[in-house]
Amino acid sequence: MAVHQIHTEHTDSETGKLGMWIFLFTELFLFGGLFLVYAIFRAKYSAEFHVAAGELNAFIGAMNTVFLLVSSMTVAMALAAMQKGDRLLTLFLLTVTIILAALFILNKYFEWSHKFEFGIYPGSPVLKNMSHGELLFFGLYYMMTGLHALHVLIGMVLLSITIVRVRARRINSTRYLMLENSALYWHLVDLIWIFLFPLLYLIT
Amino acid sequence: MKHDEKHISSYSSLAVVLVILLALTTISVLATGFHLGPFTVVLALVIACTKVFIVLTQFMHLRFENLFLRLAVTGVFVLFALVVIITFVDYYFR
Amino acid sequence: MASETQVSYLEYQGRHKGIWSWLLSTDHKRIGLMYLYAVIVFFFIAAILGVLMRIELIAPGRTIMEPQTYNGLFTIHGIIMIFVIVIPGLATVFGNFFLPLLIGAKDVAFPRLNLFSWYLYITGALLGVLSQFLGDGPPDTGWTFYVPYSVESSTSVIWALTAAVILGFSSILTGLNFIVTIHRMRAPGMKWMRMPLFPWAIYATAWIQILATPIIGITLLMVIAERVLNIGFFDPALGGDPVLFQHLFWIYSHPAVYIMILPAMGVVTEIFPTFSQKPVFGYGAIVLSSLAIAFVGYFVWGHHMFTAGMSYSARWFFSFLTFIVAIPSAIKVFNWISTMYGGSIDLKPPLLYAISFIFLFMIGGFTGLVLGSLATNIQAHDTAFVVAHFHYIIFGGMGFAFFAAIHYWFPKMYGRMYNNKVANIAWGFNFVGFNLLYFPLFIIGLQGMPRRAYDYLPQFHTGHFLSTIGAFILFAGLVLMVINLMVARRRGAIAPANPWHGVTLEWTIPSPPPHENFEEIPEITRRPYFFGKKEETK
Repeated sequence: MAVHQIHTEHTDSETGKLGMWIFLFTELFLFGGLFLVYAIFRAKYSAEFHVAAGELNAFIGAMNTVFLLVSSMTVAMALAAMQKGDRLLTLFLLTVTIILAALFILNKYFEWSHKFEFGIYPGSPVLKNMSHGELLFFGLYYMMTGLHALHVLIGMVLLSITIVRVRARRINSTRYLMLENSALYWHLVDLIWIFLFPLLYLIT
Repeated sequence: MKHDEKHISSYSSLAVVLVILLALTTISVLATGFHLGPFTVVLALVIACTKVFIVLTQFMHLRFENLFLRLAVTGVFVLFALVVIITFVDYYFR
Repeated sequence: MASETQVSYLEYQGRHKGIWSWLLSTDHKRIGLMYLYAVIVFFFIAAILGVLMRIELIAPGRTIMEPQTYNGLFTIHGIIMIFVIVIPGLATVFGNFFLPLLIGAKDVAFPRLNLFSWYLYITGALLGVLSQFLGDGPPDTGWTFYVPYSVESSTSVIWALTAAVILGFSSILTGLNFIVTIHRMRAPGMKWMRMPLFPWAIYATAWIQILATPIIGITLLMVIAERVLNIGFFDPALGGDPVLFQHLFWIYSHPAVYIMILPAMGVVTEIFPTFSQKPVFGYGAIVLSSLAIAFVGYFVWGHHMFTAGMSYSARWFFSFLTFIVAIPSAIKVFNWISTMYGGSIDLKPPLLYAISFIFLFMIGGFTGLVLGSLATNIQAHDTAFVVAHFHYIIFGGMGFAFFAAIHYWFPKMYGRMYNNKVANIAWGFNFVGFNLLYFPLFIIGLQGMPRRAYDYLPQFHTGHFLSTIGAFILFAGLVLMVINLMVARRRGAIAPANPWHGVTLEWTIPSPPPHENFEEIPEITRRPYFFGKKEETK
């Protein structure tokens, strides 16, 4: 006897969520390659990494950590709000999340331009005059925080699209896969930073 | 199959999680002030791993997901750790 | 014949008309065919490049090209073959077409993502070919892009690197799609241990695609950062380590060879029971060995780097693991042969290619042990021995399995039968040509012939001469094989739904399949490969 297989026009939510988790695995390994390079050079040049990390502003780094941690909470709350059918609260919380993300990017912009002013950027003469370990530290700093910032921007785009769809009621209390998946992606962005922060800023 | 029974986190539990995460962050920042030598790194990483675990299980809801997903996430971290360790077998013993 | 209620997928007209009903199709079967045609085109481009190399090598000294041209040729030959043909090939063509059919699904989990993967694939493949003509000349680094030369070379390396990254992204999305499809879309009653073995192979492969490919992505981005920004990770003058590149490169590229071979093993595992009319011997062992290969294969990458300067501990570790990973493959060979033993053998072209697969794969495998052993590796590394080894494993393995698959599933895909006699003749050319092309390379390799070398000492002339003859014979066989199939597409005899008396789900639907695959999704009540002799319900 034939059994009816659910054939929905939109992907059912468990399937879609599994897809996003698998995608997150690939993101973890993408950053993983950089973490591996960091580990190798950290072991080889520990003293110089220590010195170089002192050049970074741990306060700004901590501020950024707080922004992302709070934004993880707000996006998780947004999902809960949508599941409870509170559309306006969802929109509010998603907006707060994006604002926090924007503040993170703003901070990053100030951090980087400050460094550029001091001539600290990949390939710069200042960097070439530093010790090998310091040069590699900053190479890793720029590549890791740069790739991470790119993912913050992508996350902001995903969350913005989610807001549009919540407003249009295409995301609602029974259909919220995109919100759930955007939230998962956002948490990943937070996860990566949770590792980046101590490894780059706190090894002083 | 439709999953009708979905666990919805409460706002207060999510707020508590944030407070814990912020507390852990504070500890790891303050720890750099103390002279723990090489243990600063260990402590920073242990705290980072704890925070990651909390974000995964609470914010990302892994505590309430099926066993396969929890095993897969664990497997991913274990596999990465093994790759790092094996690479170090080269560098450490040169 | 297709029932009146469901039009065949080849004729189906949906929202789009004409060529757009293909280029915008999210039907896994059409996407599978689009991959097939792309694979054939790019394969012949890369094969012709290979023939040109063999012409150059037919005699010492300059034959038809300059050394720089030769370096460019082996680079693009490798890039296309590895990233465009062998890594994606079986999974995207036959995985796309047959995975849903074998598990009783209407399509994959994310059909639009599937189409997007195809466009990424085409973009990456075209960019790879374009790297020959853009900018500063064809890349000459070899497909392995080793630093420092890949940073110093004045050729269009960045275009090739970008192409590889895009192709990697396509591979990741395909793997993601297949994992979710297998988890979520099996027919009712198809428990994990009731799933046929080609889907199991695709499943193991997909996990490698997910967990290994991102590493090559980030590594190639690091090389771009070295070229453009002088980032220093791999530059000793700045404190970096070139061997670290090799680690990162092979952390992906070794598991990548299991992406190549696992679907191939999966295909032949479907063919042996059908043409022996007997269940697969050791279903559980094949499942476990597939997963074991995927897992253990993650930890052997250093065997490409034995002479690069790694610590003795690392070399010991990687050699040991390399021997371990050979075991699950050997288990499969026993299972395949045991499947045939006592069966009712029908030596049709699919079985002919599958048996050749075992023969060629084993030669490749044994010579892999020679390379995996530390002492002999020093003699054989970077010689023609390696070239012969990996061509036996990759071409003799995945390539011949691909030929087996196309001959097995052709009637289902097109509803037509090809000419058996011509197929067998083509097989003869392929088999003889292949061995003549590559076997001499083992010998001259051990005698000292280096790989990627444009010129050579006179003592290697005979081996090279024989090898080039083999290349021509093989090329003729390949052309004959493809022409036979292309003719059959239009003018072959109409094929029944189940010409080979197979017992997996794809043979229960018409040839070619209807647009939605199954009129009614079947309910599965027993293990696969039940040929009706013994009552088996598990």
